[in-house]
Amino acid sequence: MNPQDDEPIVRFENVGLRYGLGPEVLQDVNFSLLPGSFHFLIGESGAGKSSLLKLIYLAFKPSRGVISLFGRDIAMTPREDLPALRRKVGVVFQEFRLLNHLSAFDNVALPLRVAGTRENEVRRHVSELLAWVGLKDHMQARPPTLSGGQQQRVSIARAIIGRPRLLLADEPTGNVDDDMGFRLMHLFEELNRLGTSVVIATHNMHLVERLGHRQLRLESGHLNIREAVAPPQSGPSPVPATDPQAVKEPSDTRGQQSPVDPKPKKSIFDDDYKGSGETFGDPASLENFL
Amino acid sequence: MKFLFTGRSDLPLDRDAHSRFLPWLIAFMVFLAVLALAGMLILKGVAARWDNGVSGTLSIQISPTEDLTNDEIRLGETLKILATTPEIERYEVISDERVKELLKPWLGDIGDMAELPLPQLIDVVLKSGDRLDATAFEDRLSQKVSGVNVDDHQVWLERLVNLIRTVQGVATLVLLFIAFATVGTVVFTTRTGLAVHREAIEVLHLIGAQDTYIAGQFSQRALMLGLKGGVFGLSLGVPTIAGVGYLARRMDGFLLPSMQLQPVHWVGIAILPLLVAIIAMITARTTVMRTLAGML
Repeated sequence: MNPQDDEPIVRFENVGLRYGLGPEVLQDVNFSLLPGSFHFLIGESGAGKSSLLKLIYLAFKPSRGVISLFGRDIAMTPREDLPALRRKVGVVFQEFRLLNHLSAFDNVALPLRVAGTRENEVRRHVSELLAWVGLKDHMQARPPTLSGGQQQRVSIARAIIGRPRLLLADEPTGNVDDDMGFRLMHLFEELNRLGTSVVIATHNMHLVERLGHRQLRLESGHLNIREAVAPPQSGPSPVPATDPQAVKEPSDTRGQQSPVDPKPKKSIFDDDYKGSGETFGDPASLENFL
Repeated sequence: MKFLFTGRSDLPLDRDAHSRFLPWLIAFMVFLAVLALAGMLILKGVAARWDNGVSGTLSIQISPTEDLTNDEIRLGETLKILATTPEIERYEVISDERVKELLKPWLGDIGDMAELPLPQLIDVVLKSGDRLDATAFEDRLSQKVSGVNVDDHQVWLERLVNLIRTVQGVATLVLLFIAFATVGTVVFTTRTGLAVHREAIEVLHLIGAQDTYIAGQFSQRALMLGLKGGVFGLSLGVPTIAGVGYLARRMDGFLLPSMQLQPVHWVGIAILPLLVAIIAMITARTTVMRTLAGML
């Protein structure tokens, strides 16, 4: 283990955020995210979950306080260095934020292209990842022609194609049914198992309690941290909860734009989710990919 | 430059309604620029030709008297002085026939020169690089010959050249205005594009795109639109100046100087569209970079 592996990848110190001259939507927020951790960010609508995520993925500057990302104080980081930090963070936006004039393929290819990856590699990796998330036959489809679930998968593929060290998802289950919600959560847990730190903002407490990961709870702009709780024993859980303390060490090359090698095989969800028509690839393929 | 060759852009700039008028505007600008530049180059050539043709020469007039013998003596004295002046390369007395020819357009046929007393004219060519003060030389001649006038053409030449320089200045100003108008138009179009595509630009930013990546898409688009409009403007401008040149050549040569453009001038005119397109590209890039610098 490298010494830096114990360093928080995200650190907030007394962070406050206000929009314009309005009241602070986030107040004195203090927390750290360690590499390989898995957190739910919960709170009522309007509690500031999206605002907190936006601060992490550098869409906003805090009104006060210090934010460090991958060991770098954002306020002290030159503007031209920020894109490299952003590439280490994959974001699944609440409304997907896909570019409607581009195909699913080109949307997923964006992070690689902005990083200057060679076009032949872009073609190979994006094709394989889209096949892996079950969109092999929709690569050239524009987002408006895709279903909500398909758009969600394009959004996730775009978020992970660059092998981010940190994955943020803002209400990823908000636009899908419970069935698809659990499958998405399973995907995020697999990514986490392979070393990616994950933060999922959600107000779906059913999901949160069922999976039992550590919780970042936002209440009236204040953040409280709740340790992981064991998932309820009664009733089958469709996916195993992941122990954040036992995650695989992240690779040193995570967050870099490097070749990926997903090898689409059979979907492990075929048996569990028969008839849904929407499949993800199996975790083994994901492991190869990451 | 990648986008230029692949034709791929992450922003749908080719669908922007607001940029559709840009090639037309640039075509108009290039058309005006072609005319202004052609005019400037022609006038520059005219000024140079007049300057070369007249500098290093003097005209000497010996005003006539009623005594023809006296006139001959005065001419002889003058020629003696010219022959002994070291700065003079050669001189030539303009014959009566040549004087009649020169005056024909204004006075028609002149039968007997005696009926119309005209001065004796002497063309003087100075040695290359030598200068002769016309006023001092006239004073020197006047001490021995009365009624002598020395003209080094400088007064009217300077006025003529000043006029041409003024017109050239105006043409240069027109070119500058065209450049400013192009820059202003591209800035406006680019800012509108940035506003229209704000959402997509924000997404590109958040997934780690450098400002140069986004600016590259706008600048390549501006370059292509600039070239498109520029070539069209050039295709209108060249026949126009060729037509004006043709009409000028049909007129008598002494009224209008030669309005021919040299091959190098045509090259200069031909690169105007590229120049305007490059201005558009740099302007778009600078506009985007400045605007994005305001974002986190």
